[in-house]
Amino acid sequence: MNLLAMQRDLRAWLDREDNHAASRLGATAAPGLRVYQNNYRAQLVACLDETFPHTRDWIGGEAFHAAIVAHIVRVPPSSWTLDAYPRDFPATLAALHPDDPEIAELAWIEQALGEAFVGGDASAIAADRVADVDWDTAVLHFTPTLDQADLTTNACALWAAMEAGDTPPAAELLPVPGAVLVWREGNVSRFRATGREELAALLLARAGTPFAGLCTALVDAYGDEAGVALAGTLLGRWLNDGLICGISER
Amino acid sequence: MPPAPFAGYGLGLRKPHYADFLETRVDVDFVEVISENFMVDGGKPRQVLRDVRARYPVALHGVSMSIGSADGLDGAYLQQLRALVDEIEPLFVSDHLCWTRIEGFNSHDLLPLPYTHEALDLVCANIDRAQDALGRAMLIENPSTYIDFAPADMTEWQFLDAMARRTGCGLLLDVNNVFVSAINHGFDAIEYLDGVPHDRVRQVHLAGHSQGKELLIDTHDQPVPVGVWDLYAYVLPRLGPVATMIERDDDIPPLGDLLAELAIARCIGDDTIRAAA
Repeated sequence: MNLLAMQRDLRAWLDREDNHAASRLGATAAPGLRVYQNNYRAQLVACLDETFPHTRDWIGGEAFHAAIVAHIVRVPPSSWTLDAYPRDFPATLAALHPDDPEIAELAWIEQALGEAFVGGDASAIAADRVADVDWDTAVLHFTPTLDQADLTTNACALWAAMEAGDTPPAAELLPVPGAVLVWREGNVSRFRATGREELAALLLARAGTPFAGLCTALVDAYGDEAGVALAGTLLGRWLNDGLICGISER
Repeated sequence: MPPAPFAGYGLGLRKPHYADFLETRVDVDFVEVISENFMVDGGKPRQVLRDVRARYPVALHGVSMSIGSADGLDGAYLQQLRALVDEIEPLFVSDHLCWTRIEGFNSHDLLPLPYTHEALDLVCANIDRAQDALGRAMLIENPSTYIDFAPADMTEWQFLDAMARRTGCGLLLDVNNVFVSAINHGFDAIEYLDGVPHDRVRQVHLAGHSQGKELLIDTHDQPVPVGVWDLYAYVLPRLGPVATMIERDDDIPPLGDLLAELAIARCIGDDTIRAAA
């Protein structure tokens, strides 16, 4: 057997518990193959267990373990770093628990906080630096750790309560679907819930739309007075949150 | 490969001991970190490594290069490792004689290679590429293995010898792995230690293991056992003064316990140096 065939067979054993592939690896290989499979699964279980402590507490250890088993079958690890493995777990939870959307949203918050923790470094600009900016040509640049997702439930409140060691509230749908933002400020990962109007504006700004273009879009959507006021409010909020790490001129 | 200056005695740097290393002067000559834990874009882990590097020499020890992958190395991985190497200027850059990845699947485990001429050619080609990408020689560590692909074309130590001579890489001799594999596969650990190319060994790992249901498992969750110390004492006079460290990855004890183990290594090392003088 050549090397590539051997490596495919061992992969098939780890990934799919393929007994035919395992038998080709030698008559005496069975005890060792069990060790490798245990190591493989234990690494992935530990990775997900460590990344999603509040999700585990929310759905209970048994349901969480069942989700891990389903995820390992559904998404074999592909990256050289285990840090990447939790990324698809919220999607697995969404598929397993379609009637409990707070589970996948809680998991998304946890994995996004973890990613922000090791994301690229960038210094936020101070609020007083914007005094001399030419807003007709200004383009905002956001911290590289910023991530966002849709939010339909009170998953943020669930996370916050569990993090504080409090009894979490009952899960509930938001009156109006919104969004959650995650980023890192200094060495601390942060998140907050927001509305769809901020999410839309943020996506425009992150796509490189100049601030003047963003104002125009908000005026088109909400009218002259409200649109301009919203642009000012969002800019102030982004500066206060440390989301903006640069302003260039187009 | 020119002789390297003696780098002394070190410990694997693990999270529970970060504060000890950053807030006090720990009595080690170097620390070793898992490269992949710090191959991140930024944040606290990278800052911790910078701060540690300002106080101690650092060795980078990888687990994901997959030097034995039949479909070659991951270029993006090599680029990220090179960036870390350039920033940290490590004492050593090492990884394992194993494979972890094939055709887009990554096992995150150190999987065994058959010691065949085909595998030797492939491993040497991959090491050549890695050393070119990193701009320096690597150290390759002998693994603990749980499958024996006998009959093979050569023994593990013959494979290491040929690999080191063809590529110019150094060796990281893990004495615990020799112990574990010798028990699991029924070879003589002394014959292994006699056969490994002594002039290529630049670093030594010492660790503990556990008894599994059927095989010894390289768990790194126990103190270094007597049998491993005995092998270390046997091989050290053959190697001469060589950088030595205690590797502990699970059930991590207080730092003082690991320093006490390191003191045993120093004692054996000092005896060796005195005997050679």
